[in-house]
Amino acid sequence: MEHALPVFFALVLAFGIGMYVIADGFDLGIGILFTLAPGDTERDEMMNSIAPVWDGNETWLVLGGTLLLGAFPVVYSVVLPSFYIPIMVMLFALIFRGIAFEFRFRASRFRIVWDWAFCLGSGLAALMQGMMLGSFIGGVAPAAVSGGGILDFLSGFAIASGLGTVAGYSLLGATWLILRTENTVQAFARRAAPWALGLTLAFIALISIWTPLIHQSIAHRWFSMPNIFYLSPVPLLTALLGFSIWRAIPRQREERPFILTILLFLLAYLGLGISIWPYAIPQSVTIWQAASSTPTLIFLGVGTLIFMPIVIGHLGYAHWVFRGKTTSNLYGH
Amino acid sequence: MTADAVLLSRLQFAFTIGYHILWPAYTIGVSGFIVLLNILWRRTKNPVYGDLLRFWIHLFALGFAMGVVTGLVLSYEIGTNWSVFADRTSNVIGPFFSYEVLTAFFLEAGSIGIMLFGMNRVGPGLHFFACLMVALGSVFSAFWILAANSWMQTPAGFTMDGDRFAVASWWHAVFTPSFPYRLAHMVVAAYLTGAFTVIGVMGWYLWRGQHLTFARAGFSVAMWAAALLAPLQILLGDMHGLNTLDYQPIKVAAMEGDWDTRSGQPLTLFGWPNMETERNDYAIDIPKLGSLILTHRWDGEVKGLKAVPREDRPYVPIVFWAFRLMVASGFALLAIAWFALLLRWRDRLFTTRWFHLICAFASPIGFFAILCGWTVTETGRQPWVVYGHLRTADAAASVTPHAIAGSFALFVIVYAVLLVAFFYYATKTVLAGPRARDPDQDPPAVRPGIDGAVGRGGH
Repeated sequence: MEHALPVFFALVLAFGIGMYVIADGFDLGIGILFTLAPGDTERDEMMNSIAPVWDGNETWLVLGGTLLLGAFPVVYSVVLPSFYIPIMVMLFALIFRGIAFEFRFRASRFRIVWDWAFCLGSGLAALMQGMMLGSFIGGVAPAAVSGGGILDFLSGFAIASGLGTVAGYSLLGATWLILRTENTVQAFARRAAPWALGLTLAFIALISIWTPLIHQSIAHRWFSMPNIFYLSPVPLLTALLGFSIWRAIPRQREERPFILTILLFLLAYLGLGISIWPYAIPQSVTIWQAASSTPTLIFLGVGTLIFMPIVIGHLGYAHWVFRGKTTSNLYGH
Repeated sequence: MTADAVLLSRLQFAFTIGYHILWPAYTIGVSGFIVLLNILWRRTKNPVYGDLLRFWIHLFALGFAMGVVTGLVLSYEIGTNWSVFADRTSNVIGPFFSYEVLTAFFLEAGSIGIMLFGMNRVGPGLHFFACLMVALGSVFSAFWILAANSWMQTPAGFTMDGDRFAVASWWHAVFTPSFPYRLAHMVVAAYLTGAFTVIGVMGWYLWRGQHLTFARAGFSVAMWAAALLAPLQILLGDMHGLNTLDYQPIKVAAMEGDWDTRSGQPLTLFGWPNMETERNDYAIDIPKLGSLILTHRWDGEVKGLKAVPREDRPYVPIVFWAFRLMVASGFALLAIAWFALLLRWRDRLFTTRWFHLICAFASPIGFFAILCGWTVTETGRQPWVVYGHLRTADAAASVTPHAIAGSFALFVIVYAVLLVAFFYYATKTVLAGPRARDPDQDPPAVRPGIDGAVGRGGH
């Protein structure tokens, strides 16, 4: 029990973060592409395609924060202060992009202000999330424990990871729009998607080469025998998926690019998991060292097992109600 | 960390959580009213309740979004600014926050889309259900967050494991002695504030002589609610205060401005508590009344601030004055609500225009009272973050003060901009008036998004 519970919560947390990255990923991606769209009607449609569901998507981020606090308090209390600046920037960015949903629809004179608040807020939030991931892998948190500086999160690797996240979210957003919109918006998404795909793959390649160079142990995990045989399909599959997305973008089957992009994200996520396991803070604190007490994990585990299926079913239903093509007004008939 | 960092973190947290609490209060209150309208509409089939429902969902959406974006901040700020607090207490109250997300936020998030945009996509029964789930979710959220707060105020159900709190009984950790009172006092505060939000908007229409059928129906329902909730809230406040006297007597001493422990404590109406001289300057006292209110006996003994060393006392003037302002606000709301009863009895509720004008400007009173009440209970808890066990000064993260000063300044600016924008768009929505009826008409001129979803026509 004492050994298994932290593993269970590591999986729950990984699931929650994965849900966040995919669900808010396409929201933020639409925000990133927002001001590039051809016109105001197109922007209306883009926003309407996510307006009924964005709050649920962002709630996974709140769940992530509180699960860290409840299940892995060491991570919460060590990593968050060392990421003070990127977290604050992300929060401000998410404030602007979130409130833009409500204010933009009611705006006439200041509409352009909320267009840009939505776009820059989404882009900056994505950038900060990627940068934090990058410096997390790069090992900023232990530095902060030993009295590191507030700007330690900045590094070339972190910036590459941040830009990669912006590209990846744009790809999710564009492929979502291919699925959910028609006519001019869909055409715009089909133009944007190959660019986002190219950038995403380039950053995945760059980060995959860069990561083992930072940590000997990660290099050892991927390149030692016999792991290299088990793990070599990961980069190969990534390349194959990239090619399939590229082929699917202009074609009839409109759900394919989005589904394949999700698979691409899951694969990159799996690669990340392989690199980090079993650490909660890379190379310094394991998930067992970071976990709460056993009674706390049991109390939380019971609630998670009861409510998580309900949550997933409920959110799934909410998405299903608003299925089909979005139009520029939300009646849908 | 430095004293500056602690002070800045306290200011930032007080500001961000104080700003945030306004929106959950709005959300709980207005969603409760929306459920009530739903019920009235289904029962009476009177279309005016349908109009009110659409109008208030439209206004609800604005405040809900404000709550979402300012609430996200808090779930991370506990880590960025109060990491020692998080580390020490997480084994006990950490799961409460996760439960809040699982049982409340996701419930709201899964239903809010249907509530705002789904009126013509799902049947009326399912739409009502979505509204009900949003209203329930907002109360569940209050349940968990107040369980955590009450544990910080009156900690129970734990043992110490070195520096860290470890749980001994989940039941006692959730249902701490102050929790039922705090929860009831806060939820009723939110409903009362919601009622007066409605009263303000409807009072404005009545004063201007616009949308009269619509405004009268909303005004009347909200006034009935206020007439019941205002006295209930004062009663709950008294019970909450007596509970605080049992578990946090020094907080009550600060609220009352009592320095010496004695029987027959006077009631200090006004004055300025002087922390240096340990007495109240310019005080106006009523003999023995303090003991009567707190112990219900003329000569009951009431503890004073001097019972604890100086370093264990809160900053008294803030607690003392915030308490008086809260009580005054509560009685102001009661006066308005019961005066409306009198007018109703005389059949003049819809014709007394000066009263409508007062009502139009009464909406902020509830919010103000909530801020004062939270100031009383949180400032009154100082210098402890976990009452009697962990000092606020020992709970902060070691972040450089420059970074906190920078984020605090940005919060002030950004939140001020948001507030201006909120009032701008809320006013615009109110001035536009109720949306036209006929849900089957699908006008091509409709504006996208919420306008299109909730009602007809643009601005």
